[in-house]
Amino acid sequence: MSKSAKTKKDKWDISDVQNWGPGRHEMGATIPESGNADDYETGGWRSERPVRDREKCNDCMICYFACPDSSIRVENDKMVDIDLEHCKGCGICAQVCPRDAIEMMNEIKACKLEEK
Amino acid sequence: MARKAITGNGAIALALKQVEPDVMAAYPITPQTEIAQNYAQFVASGDVVTEYIAVESEHSAMSAAIGSAAAGARTITATSSQGFALMWEMLFIAASLRLPITMPVITRALSGPINIHCDHSDSMGGRDCGWIQLYGEDAQEGYDNAIQAFRIAEHMDVRLPVMTMIDGFIISGAIGPVETLDDEQVKEFVGDYVAVNALLNVEKPVTVGAFDSLGGWYFEHKVTQNRAMENAMDVIEEVGREFGELFGREYAHFKTHEIEDADIVLVAIGSAAGNVKTVVKKLRAEGKKVGVLKVRTFRPFPTEQIREALSGAKVIGVMDRSDSFGAQGGPLFTEISSAMYGADAHPQIFNFIYGLGGRDLFPDDIEGAVQMLEKAAAGEPVAQQRHYLNVREG
Repeated sequence: MSKSAKTKKDKWDISDVQNWGPGRHEMGATIPESGNADDYETGGWRSERPVRDREKCNDCMICYFACPDSSIRVENDKMVDIDLEHCKGCGICAQVCPRDAIEMMNEIKACKLEEK
Repeated sequence: MARKAITGNGAIALALKQVEPDVMAAYPITPQTEIAQNYAQFVASGDVVTEYIAVESEHSAMSAAIGSAAAGARTITATSSQGFALMWEMLFIAASLRLPITMPVITRALSGPINIHCDHSDSMGGRDCGWIQLYGEDAQEGYDNAIQAFRIAEHMDVRLPVMTMIDGFIISGAIGPVETLDDEQVKEFVGDYVAVNALLNVEKPVTVGAFDSLGGWYFEHKVTQNRAMENAMDVIEEVGREFGELFGREYAHFKTHEIEDADIVLVAIGSAAGNVKTVVKKLRAEGKKVGVLKVRTFRPFPTEQIREALSGAKVIGVMDRSDSFGAQGGPLFTEISSAMYGADAHPQIFNFIYGLGGRDLFPDDIEGAVQMLEKAAAGEPVAQQRHYLNVREG
């Protein structure tokens, strides 16, 4: 799992959460920290994945702003790739792309291609 | 302090005004309307700085109250009957998110047939939604309970929502004497509000109401909720004692009258306790060993204390102002019966259903119930079925 470096000082330690009884939990089942989706793979139920054509893409960043799961990875003003651990395959990026550079591909087909 | 002639609703609206919470989200419904109306007037007149959210339904009222309380604001609402029923799914969420919302409930029958008058079908139906339930006999208790509710709900060992009941129309609409406190006394008693995990605290972002799947911790959270209820047992008493020390009116989980040597004890809840007390006084004057136990705290149910208080009785008559269809009896009856099962001596317990849809309860009805209990005490056979008071036969 590729985790971005946590800069927070007081990370909620839930390493032994499997053993937590009623006395250990936060009142009202509240999660007392933000942004911890980073720690979990939430893209596992995707049925289609976005595949980007590097040739067509001109790094306009429209998909970056449109993605509801912040799954478009950008480095040095360039779209480098898509975070498939968190992308749920909604297809918004493919819809908004003005250059048709993103194609939604069947997830199983994509996995098979990956294996090859 | 002042002595006022005021309706039950007026007294409760005044209590809420004196506390002056941050947010009220409410929808008017008979017989609660006067509370929503009076409070809206306080806001419009600038008497309070409360944010009044005029919602489009009670489902929205409770939803808005949950949002407001989760955001970190001291929050109230008020309802009756169908409005209570419409809040249903949100009541459980308020309790499980541990939000200390307080809500006066002006008890009224549930449809159908459509009926706007008093019984306890609404609040008793919600007895397992995780809210603390305090029942008041008169406007004074409605006023005092509405104030104490904030201290109980907001106590760090509890953090549960509290509903305080008075009987619709009989108390809510009738003018009676109420000893009111000064604004400063009320504000000092309830103290400043301390929010826990407030959504609006940007220093410490949190997630409220997250999904808890199979393999999660739903079960553990439910156990935690019940522990908070257990903690509330002591907190309700502490707050009631302190209220008594400061203002001269002490509150416990229940109140007894003439039960020490009583062979027959009637258990009542709400305004009927006053009627029963009047009859008990008359019967005592005739030399009959009759007493009454008035329940104030229904959730958490003070099982052990009630068991001990009723341990000397030979026969107990439990009076329910709501029925539980297909159950062994009304909600109060089943609680009392369960409590007494654990007693060393097992008194006979009978259930009297009365007052549904606002049906009057006359002193003669109560005397008739006592006569039935006397028969049982004398060893004569009395049917264990529900006994209905003042119902038309035939």
